[in-house]
Amino acid sequence: MTKKNKVRIGCGAGFSGDRLEPAVNLAEKGDLDYLVLECLAERTIALAQKRKTTDPSQGYDPLLERRIELLLPMLKQKKIRLITNMGAANPVAAADKIIGIARRLGISIKVAAVIGDDVLEHICGDELAMETGNPISWSGQTVSANAYLGADAILPALETGADIIITGRVADPSLFVAPLVHEFGWSLDDADIIAKGTMVGHLMECAGQITGGYFADPVKKPVENMSTLGHPFAEVYPDGSAIIGKVDGTGGTITLATAKEQLLYEVTNPYQYMTPDVSADFTTVFLKQDGKDRIKVTGGSGSKKPSTLKVSIGYKAGFTGEGEITFAGANALERARLAGEIMQERLYTQFTELRVDYIGHTSVHPTSLAHDHKPYEVRLRVAGKAATTDEAAIIGQEVEALYTNGPAGGGGVRKYVNEVIGIVSILMDRNTPKSSVIVKEYEH
Amino acid sequence: MSIKLYDIAHSRAGDKGNTLILSLIPYEEKDYELLRDVVTADKVKEHFKGIIHGEILRYELPNISALQFVCQQALAGGVTTSLVMDAHGKTLSYALLEMCIELPAG
Repeated sequence: MTKKNKVRIGCGAGFSGDRLEPAVNLAEKGDLDYLVLECLAERTIALAQKRKTTDPSQGYDPLLERRIELLLPMLKQKKIRLITNMGAANPVAAADKIIGIARRLGISIKVAAVIGDDVLEHICGDELAMETGNPISWSGQTVSANAYLGADAILPALETGADIIITGRVADPSLFVAPLVHEFGWSLDDADIIAKGTMVGHLMECAGQITGGYFADPVKKPVENMSTLGHPFAEVYPDGSAIIGKVDGTGGTITLATAKEQLLYEVTNPYQYMTPDVSADFTTVFLKQDGKDRIKVTGGSGSKKPSTLKVSIGYKAGFTGEGEITFAGANALERARLAGEIMQERLYTQFTELRVDYIGHTSVHPTSLAHDHKPYEVRLRVAGKAATTDEAAIIGQEVEALYTNGPAGGGGVRKYVNEVIGIVSILMDRNTPKSSVIVKEYEH
Repeated sequence: MSIKLYDIAHSRAGDKGNTLILSLIPYEEKDYELLRDVVTADKVKEHFKGIIHGEILRYELPNISALQFVCQQALAGGVTTSLVMDAHGKTLSYALLEMCIELPAG
């Protein structure tokens, strides 16, 4: 295979619920070699596992069908390979679904599913959670256990020549590192070059978060045309340097400021950003504005990949019940507080964990930061944890009963009950999960 | 003269379990040294009294003129089982930017 002198990778989704059309736009006008859709948050896979338990043909991303239907003709026409973790808890069922869509659309397709991240069979419950230091069985009944696989698990899928590579849990940057290794022939043992690829992957993985999404603040940080925000592409070179850009005519902006915010996003140690592929050092990276909506990324270094893989454990954590009611006008905060006190008195014996928030006042920053103002309207929120849905529902019922039993002028009650899946992490020897590839094909 | 961090810097919050991660990035790279000198881990800990209960580690990134604060025990137990409204602590970037600092004379 002749090695390319540059590879262009777009990122068309940064989370499961992301917009659909930026990916289509990237495929159509981004001059891409690869399109990545990153759709798997920590908890998404545990929820998907639950769906798979009820129906073995389910357990992949709920938006898979809509995303693939929209993208498939363009991917085929432009010869763009798709890499996505939309397989969630069931990459093989996802591959079957994609074959079904291709058949319906009359498009020949080869899909490679990467499996082996599901390590539930290796879990005994005595493993110590990194977050608590206690055995994971103490948290609650384990429902899922998925190891973060790396680029080494994706490479064999790329080598099959498949048009679409669909995975379950893999580290987000590895979705980008794998095609770079595949195209440039980088060695997975060359920590510096893998760190550079990882850095590009990290900048890209949240899609719109580097093109002005989650950045805008009118006046101080203006971003134009956010209703048509473009998602990014990276043009990567064999030395690991890259240009981050977006399709002309799309909304949003790429500046040093957007790139810096994203580079540091969720990084707990900039000297050692750990993935299954490498420990990357972000303190040796350089960013430079290279024209409008273009950032040049150079530098970056790394050291040896870890001998363990992180495993995300999903467990049943009971239910939450919530109720909300709004007060407005004169004395709104005091009336809301009176309602809050009534709820405390009626509920504290039944709920060991109860929370009362005043939305519009102290609900998200419960400190003395600028809380001397009197809000015109306040929304009381009461939330509690329970073992059953019936118990959890009591919170909403009690808040609703404030209509006729509580302070004057309360309105707009909403009540919710939700099942809670908790997540803790453990470390596992990197040789324990055995990844493999299953290929599905449809010839039109 | 006293200013808010909001006047000269921007921030994004991230989370890992019960750990809150806050970047602090000056709009003008020349302000990096001021922020590095004034916005210490202790000052951030004091500012977030009642929210951040654990240790705060500050990382300096002169290569991109930015600071990173990694704050333990900051998210009421972590995203997945917390009862708080903003379980990720995503709004806390703007709580950091509420901090007032004194500009050096001259």
